[in-house]
Amino acid sequence: MSEFWHDGGCTFHPVSAPDYLPTAQLRQLQLHRLQAVVQRSYDNVALFRHRMEELGLAPWDIQQLEDIQHLPFTIKTDLRDTYPFGLFASPMNEIVRLHASSGTTGKPIVVAYTREDLRVWSNVMVRCFAAAGLDRGDIIQNAYGYGLFTGGLGAHYGAEALGATVIPISGGNTDRQIMLMKDFGTTAICCTPSYFLRILERAAEMGIDLRELPLKAGVFGAEPWTEEMRKRIEPEANIKAYDIYGLSEIIGPGVGNECSEQHGLHIFEDHFYPEIIDPETLKPVPDGTEGELVLTTLSKQAMPMIRYRTRDITALYTEACPCGRTIRRMRRISRRSDDMFIIRGVNVYPSQIEEALLAVEGTAPHYQIVLTNDGIMDDVEVHVEVTPEVFGDTISVMEGLQKKLSASIERIINIRVKLRLVEPNTIQRSEGKAKRVLDMRKK
Amino acid sequence: MKIHQLSMFLENKPGRLSEPCRLLAKAGINILTLSVADTQQFGILRLIVRDWEQAKKVLEQSGCVVNVTEVVATEVEDKPGGLAEILGIIENAGLNIEYMYAFTFRSGDKAVIVFRFNNPDLAIQALQQKNINVINGVELYDRAKQ
Repeated sequence: MSEFWHDGGCTFHPVSAPDYLPTAQLRQLQLHRLQAVVQRSYDNVALFRHRMEELGLAPWDIQQLEDIQHLPFTIKTDLRDTYPFGLFASPMNEIVRLHASSGTTGKPIVVAYTREDLRVWSNVMVRCFAAAGLDRGDIIQNAYGYGLFTGGLGAHYGAEALGATVIPISGGNTDRQIMLMKDFGTTAICCTPSYFLRILERAAEMGIDLRELPLKAGVFGAEPWTEEMRKRIEPEANIKAYDIYGLSEIIGPGVGNECSEQHGLHIFEDHFYPEIIDPETLKPVPDGTEGELVLTTLSKQAMPMIRYRTRDITALYTEACPCGRTIRRMRRISRRSDDMFIIRGVNVYPSQIEEALLAVEGTAPHYQIVLTNDGIMDDVEVHVEVTPEVFGDTISVMEGLQKKLSASIERIINIRVKLRLVEPNTIQRSEGKAKRVLDMRKK
Repeated sequence: MKIHQLSMFLENKPGRLSEPCRLLAKAGINILTLSVADTQQFGILRLIVRDWEQAKKVLEQSGCVVNVTEVVATEVEDKPGGLAEILGIIENAGLNIEYMYAFTFRSGDKAVIVFRFNNPDLAIQALQQKNINVINGVELYDRAKQ
């Protein structure tokens, strides 16, 4: 049975009620929670207290929401420097769960949750799924990795709390993913967009057409992806592809999600207060202007984050969303300042390359960017897999494709790149976050 | 009259040609003839086999990109000027040859050549008008067996 309410032209899940709070009331709630979380951090986290003291600030200096801009930032290295438990604001006997980042370089980043934090996390995940039109009765295949990574368990408990049927399959074993999707009648899947591409590709090889299955929605996140990618995915699987946003430092998946409009992600700002800053001056920019997203956890107990710099580049929308939600929307994140590479003095984001490649009809979304240096100059080589749609049986057709793709890239990033066509399935497939850039330059 | 040719994209790297050949061998499919067009970076392998549908399936299942193109096979007198005669007919008809290659077997005292034309139907018409024997698939496969 549906849990949705159909009131006054709106369709919403009871748990989504905070999505529709009148703005004045929402701001009041945010201020109240901000004051509490600043006090909590000040009392329990030495690093935060020292930084406040250095600035001559005390928790009671937060009189209105705008005062948030006086607070010190938290950055990723703060989590590394205080490894493992240095930023915890709760005693260990109240902490019921730990997660950690993969930590490809050195120590991982550790995050903690109290029982209440887990309840909030499930709650925001339910609001994500509800925004994506999912409900009790849906069968959600959760292909995010289970374990230390926040994606798997975050989506799992959220889907369960929604009342949906969860298939806790985790990432990998693509053949089994497709078999269960078909046999169980999966209606929604959660994974990275790059892993879903792998599923699409493998299903075709197995002779299974996903468009004929009950699958209707994908909740894709944990890596930046583009609107062009959505345009490829949706018709190929006959689904709606929703973007979900989150990061472990803040809570995991569930910070924001697209609604039926698929135009920007609603941030659950009763729990996560968003600011956009200029990454150079660190000053806040007005809504609508692009900058770096900074988040403050308003209700987190075990490990509050005050003004955490996400390194994600976005902008907040100023106009109200036609879906009726009053919580603000941010533009989908297609760029992370961490992913940016500098080539011959120009800043380039992998998403710009993706956009350029997908602008050419029929090209595969499987690509990799290889950076090399011959001792004098940096070089970019973009590897693109050949698909049946673009393959012609004469050299001139293939060379024409090569030219078309490199011209499309040059138009967007203003740099000439070498374009190499490669055989299908030669670029390594990821079951989690895709590795788009291979930096082979000698450091 | 047209014959189905399979073409595949290959990277120009050592060992790339052997994989499709091995796959077809495992499936018991004999290659009647083949040609490779290549650049420094990649190549296009073109194959003619009897059971092209089965071959396409086998290759695709292992993740290869396979296209089917229609080509024309004709008999050519195995003597000086044999090929020139055919090329003259095509030229006079105002048609383009995109590429061509030969079969390893002979048809009686004649050689057999595969052509990819920009317009195969017009080419067949032009050739037949000049009494050039255009070989259809069934005939071709039968001859290959001999």
